[in-house]
This record gives sequence, C-alpha cells and structure tokens, in this order.
Amino acid sequence: MNELFLIGGMALVTFGIRYSMFAVAGRVEFPARLINALRYVPPAVLTALIVPAVLIPNGAGVQISYTNPYLVGAFVAFGVGWFSRNLLLTIVMGMLAFWGWQWFLFS
Amino acid sequence: MTHAAVSSHQKKLTDSPLSEFWAGARDTFPLIVGAIPFGLIFGALALNSGLSFGATMAMSAFVFAGSAQFIAVGLVAAGSGWPIIVLTTFVVNLRHALYSATLAPHITRLPQRWQIPLAFWLTDETFVVVVKRYSLSKEAAYTHWYYLGSALFMYTNWQICTLLGLTIGRLIPNAAAWGLDFAMPVTFIGMVIPYLKSRPMVASVVVAGVVSIVAYPLPHQLGLITAALTGITTGIVIELWSER
Repeated sequence: MNELFLIGGMALVTFGIRYSMFAVAGRVEFPARLINALRYVPPAVLTALIVPAVLIPNGAGVQISYTNPYLVGAFVAFGVGWFSRNLLLTIVMGMLAFWGWQWFLFS
Repeated sequence: MTHAAVSSHQKKLTDSPLSEFWAGARDTFPLIVGAIPFGLIFGALALNSGLSFGATMAMSAFVFAGSAQFIAVGLVAAGSGWPIIVLTTFVVNLRHALYSATLAPHITRLPQRWQIPLAFWLTDETFVVVVKRYSLSKEAAYTHWYYLGSALFMYTNWQICTLLGLTIGRLIPNAAAWGLDFAMPVTFIGMVIPYLKSRPMVASVVVAGVVSIVAYPLPHQLGLITAALTGITTGIVIELWSER
C-alpha cells in the first residue's frame, strides 16, 4: 500500500469535488429551477447515509428487528427530534437509547 | 472594515466578522457532539486496519471527509489497492458536488483566498448549518465568517478526535464494538428532521431511504449517490405535480 498515493489521491478528488461548482458558478448562471431543486439535496443525501447505517449496521443483511439497537436508537432519536426540535437533545437521547438497548440485549 | 460599513449592515442576527464566526461555531456545537465518537472510532479503526499513524493523521488533515475516511480504512483493512480506494472516495464524496452547487451562488462573490479554504472545509455538518444561515438572510455581509467558524470548529475537533482515537483506541480493546459508529446516523437524523415540512420533502426522504437499501449491493458505494439522486428527483417531480 502506497500511503502517499492513497492520501494524495483522496485529498485531490475530495477537494476537486468540493471546489468544482464554486469554479463553474462564476462563469455559468445557474437556472432558477436547478437552484430550487438543490433544496432537496441535504435531506435526501443525509437520509441515504442514515438508512443503510441503521438497517444494515454490520453490512450483512437488513435487520428490521427489536434486536437491532441501531434501529431502536434511530426511532428514539427521531421521536425526540420530532417533538423537541432540539438537535443536541436528539443526539444525546439517541445515543443513550442505543447504548441502553445494547446493554439490555447483551447483558 | 470601517465602522460605516458595519453600521450600514443589517442589525438583525449578527453584524461583525467575529460575531458571525462565533455564531457559526456555536450553531455547529450539537453536531460536534455527534462527530466526537465518530472521530474517536475512526482513529481506533485506522490503527487496526494497517494504516500507519502518520497516514491516519494525514488523512484527517488533508482529506477531511468522515464517511469517506471510514470506508477507506475498511478497504485498506480488506487489502484493496489505492486506486480502488481513491475511486470509491470519489463516488462517496460526489454528494459534495451537490453541496458545492447549493453554496456556489453565495460563495462565488468571495475572493479565491476564501473560496479555496471554504471548499476544502466543506462537510455534511457545516453544509447543513451554513445553508440554514444563508436562508435566514441572504444579504448579510459576513456570512463567510459564519461558515469559517463552523468549518474550523469541525476541523479542529476532527484532528483532535483522530489523534485521541489513535492513542486511546490502542488502550481499549475492540473499541469498534462499542457502537460509537451510531453517532453518525443519529446526528444526521437530527439534521434531517427540520426539513420534513412539506409533502415533496417527505416523499424525497422516503424514496432516498428505500433506494439506499435496494441499491446497497451496488459496487463502490454507488448506492449512496443513486439513492440521493432518486430522492431529489422524486421531490422535484412531486413538487411540479402539486403545482398543477
């Protein structure tokens, strides 16, 4: 494994993607319809990261069961977030529910 | 910056570079709480993957992309070559092109000495926090300082947590089994909830979630960008339908 190529390559592609639209946007006017469409980006991307992490926690098959502490923690986090609208409380309660359920299952 | 320029600016929210900077850092704090366990486990996992101490720190310092770094470390442990890992990083981070496009109208009025570091420090967390700030007041003069405050807080925290994971992780056997990897999804759940206000938005999220599972077996983590694009398209289509 050549670590220099690995880190250098990852750094280049990551920065290239992050900077790409800043570089283009100075020259090209974004159509209003595209700008409107971009409102959907944050929730759609975040959800596409959340759902596999919760339902396929070990990368080995979908686990829709009360024995999956990731799923239980996610439900609690969603419930707390929905009603409290408090981000910090959502994260803390979600983590506590996850650990509590894991302890409950495996102790 | 002259006093005249400052006083002519909007009085609401914040009105100086420093106050914007601190507001950005403050609004990022809950996300830092979620990022700490994520950073710790990254350091601990990297240690066991065969990546050297220096390369792990360099990855956090120069790549600065949490989920891509996790996947990279997993691939290193599995014995993948660097070209495959770089390609996978590209696919996983393609979502940042969407972030970059979203922020571009606000960023391109800035000089390059701002654009380049702000692009480098663009993460999921800072993106969501900064987009909200821009939606509150588009005309504010110092929103790039807000962005900088959020970004530097995330960056500093990520370096410290990587280092702690590398050092303390060595002392804790099987740190990965503690489930600290739940920190990322739970943080993102909290970030998605405020968006769920309209029917097209809810449809977009539901479809992105379903497709992320269906498309999960796709090679090189292509499921992520497939799910994101399908979800975004769904939201737009439903929005256009309901306008008729």
